Amino acid sequence: MKKIKNTAGLQTLRQTLLEAQDPEMPVVRVCLGPGCLALGAEKVARAFKSAVRNKKIKARVQPLIKGTGCHGFCSQGTLVSLSPANLFYVRVKPEDVAEIVATSLEQGRTVERLLYSDNGARYRSAAEIPFYRAQQKIILKNVGIIDPLDINDALMAGGYQSLAKVLTEMSPEEVLKTVEVSGLRGRGGGGFPTGYKWRRAADNARENPGPVYVIANGEEGDPGAFMDRSIMEGDPHKVIEGMIIGAYALGANQGYLFVRHEYPLAIHHFSIALRQARNRGLLGKNILGSGFDFDLQINRGAGAYVCGEETAIIASLEGRAGEPRTRPPYPAQEGLWGRPTVINNVETWANVPHIMEKGADWYTGLGVPHSTGTKIFSLVGKVKNTGLVEVPMGISLGALVEGIGGGVPGQTHFKAVQTGGPSGGIIPYELKEIFTDYHYHPEEFIAAKKEISVDFDSMAQTGSIMGGGGMIVMDDHDCVVDVARYFLRFLEEESCGKCLPCRLGLKGMLEFLNRFARGQGSPEDIDALESLGQALVDGSLCGLGRAAPNPVLTSIRFFRDEYLAHIVDHKCPAGVCRDLISYQIDPETCNGCGLCAQECPEACITGKKKKLFTIGQEACIRCGVCQDVCPVQAVQVA
Amino acid sequence: MALSLLLIYGEKSKMREILMKTRPQDLDSILENYPRRPQHLIGVLQDVQAAFNYISPEHLARICDHVGVPVTQAWSVATFYKSFSLEPRGEHSIKVCLGTTCHLKGGERLAEACERDLGIERGQTTADQRFSLDTVKCVGACAEAPVVMVDEDYLGRASISSLKKEFKRR
Repeated sequence: MKKIKNTAGLQTLRQTLLEAQDPEMPVVRVCLGPGCLALGAEKVARAFKSAVRNKKIKARVQPLIKGTGCHGFCSQGTLVSLSPANLFYVRVKPEDVAEIVATSLEQGRTVERLLYSDNGARYRSAAEIPFYRAQQKIILKNVGIIDPLDINDALMAGGYQSLAKVLTEMSPEEVLKTVEVSGLRGRGGGGFPTGYKWRRAADNARENPGPVYVIANGEEGDPGAFMDRSIMEGDPHKVIEGMIIGAYALGANQGYLFVRHEYPLAIHHFSIALRQARNRGLLGKNILGSGFDFDLQINRGAGAYVCGEETAIIASLEGRAGEPRTRPPYPAQEGLWGRPTVINNVETWANVPHIMEKGADWYTGLGVPHSTGTKIFSLVGKVKNTGLVEVPMGISLGALVEGIGGGVPGQTHFKAVQTGGPSGGIIPYELKEIFTDYHYHPEEFIAAKKEISVDFDSMAQTGSIMGGGGMIVMDDHDCVVDVARYFLRFLEEESCGKCLPCRLGLKGMLEFLNRFARGQGSPEDIDALESLGQALVDGSLCGLGRAAPNPVLTSIRFFRDEYLAHIVDHKCPAGVCRDLISYQIDPETCNGCGLCAQECPEACITGKKKKLFTIGQEACIRCGVCQDVCPVQAVQVA
Repeated sequence: MALSLLLIYGEKSKMREILMKTRPQDLDSILENYPRRPQHLIGVLQDVQAAFNYISPEHLARICDHVGVPVTQAWSVATFYKSFSLEPRGEHSIKVCLGTTCHLKGGERLAEACERDLGIERGQTTADQRFSLDTVKCVGACAEAPVVMVDEDYLGRASISSLKKEFKRR
């Protein structure tokens, strides 16, 4: 791979690469995103490869098989797209590959049964599908299109063009100014203005000369979120480019990619991307002949949720246990090795090249005032279309969950949406309609939609936060007490234990919820729980502890009745909390197959084949296995 | 490029072989890769964990000597982060995801079923050293919840019966 010496060289290379492309060349793109991988996408890619290798194909040109990052429409995986035919196949299994090759690649026809269909309509291309139509892909534009392991693919798609522009046309001050004016806010969850962070670090570095560091926070620990994973795996060069631009603005020569170890593929893709960028002269000494030096290093997180906190990342990079420390001093003042450091989320960095390319004005035109740009959400849980979506900020919650998400299967509407992970809250459906009444925020876009606007400030008004972008849809079979308890258990395990309010407070709160889940406690306990939660908010050292009570506090605020049902009536309305439910076999539905009796770990289900089976309630531990294995859904919660 | 192609085109065992070759298998060659500075403690521990599946007391002492930190500090780091184990782990690792979505879709039930099926609790290894069972907090494949990772494979929309089959297959 030849080194690119200057920006003119970059343009020449791009031209050469583009000209070498044959527009007639069939390209098969197989999604190797997290969702599709879990459905066996690897086998599909392999089947395509061997079908082509075996020369079963008589197409004029040999098709190219590309493994790409996430296409987003995970519920329909494995996703395969064909160009130039512009076909989009869903739910592709390895055994479908032969037919696709024979029909689409050899004869140029469509395999109708593999097209996405909904409500009787069939869609040939991805762009026509409602799930995609309502999105605005900017950060994810290349994800699912390019091969993340081939820098040439990224270059052809416009990669590193913003870097070239910045290095030749803009001063560091101009870059800084552009980020400030763009209104970009941290995508990791806090929503802190990125420009302000950069400005502080640049000022501090000027007053106190010495090295400056930039860090990408890829410790995406929030459960239910995989936005950063998809960016890192699908378009690693965009993050790298954003970091080089940031480093140029701040005068940093060294940066770190901090990626959690649960994402081995992201680490793998980054390491290849870094090597290729270095070989191309886009990283390292004298980048594109500009005289600017910058290099990046990958650091694997070692498995600690608290390491998403910026001071904990610094501790981890310095080789210590990832315990946060008090701020100030902020990392922009005293960060890694005591030097000014800018830590931004992966998605934030990926925004930077786009802002440089099209300008701050273009960016502020996206989204709503104070929350500019687009945001990626992982729309998961009890929703029809699960997957990754990118939408302008300020979209209404309904448009997101019911429009793009397609609503909740089998129910008229969702029960609640959990946003912001363990630091966020639970927003009920009802709030979706009444929220605008006490909304303080720009009315022109809220009033028109009469719904919660999904942006940093509006979400904070609900008591939740927008967070990193995890959006978990809950239906009537999900218990809010159980979910609140789940998050507390999560946080109690992840609390680093340094400060007392978080360490002991979470234990105390969990104790309350454990009792509620068993149907014990009194209504006064709910008030005591709220007050304990407030103590954590006020007294904890870092964001983990301060935000930890959010799921509990919001669920009490909006679902107090459900709490009371547990405590006073000893009932779990959603049928989840184990001590308050029992399983029954519906005699009408049971087909007497006996699978439940065979699988029951306590052997407490009795009956004769082809006759009705019954559950012995005395011995039943309510593990739910019978419900899981029943082929006719005869096991019901009472 | 070659590595990635192998991954995509499925020759996983070959890829693992190459990775293993590039990954040093004895402690000395791991230590050689790192300058003698405390900041490299986590990196060394990660490599040792990857190569040996756990960090033995002897290794921990040698690592401390190399990077120049007291054993207490290395101990605090090794016990703080979840990816380190101070006990030998099984041949296959089973990680049941308990992210929020997996929790809602029955991840906890799956974890319990694994415990019953393997006869161990989470965090433990079977007596024959074949399987280690752990729960993890979100592997980022939420759209296909509940998810279980067996070694490096993601099993989406996992069920008790599909898992039992998977255990037998390994």
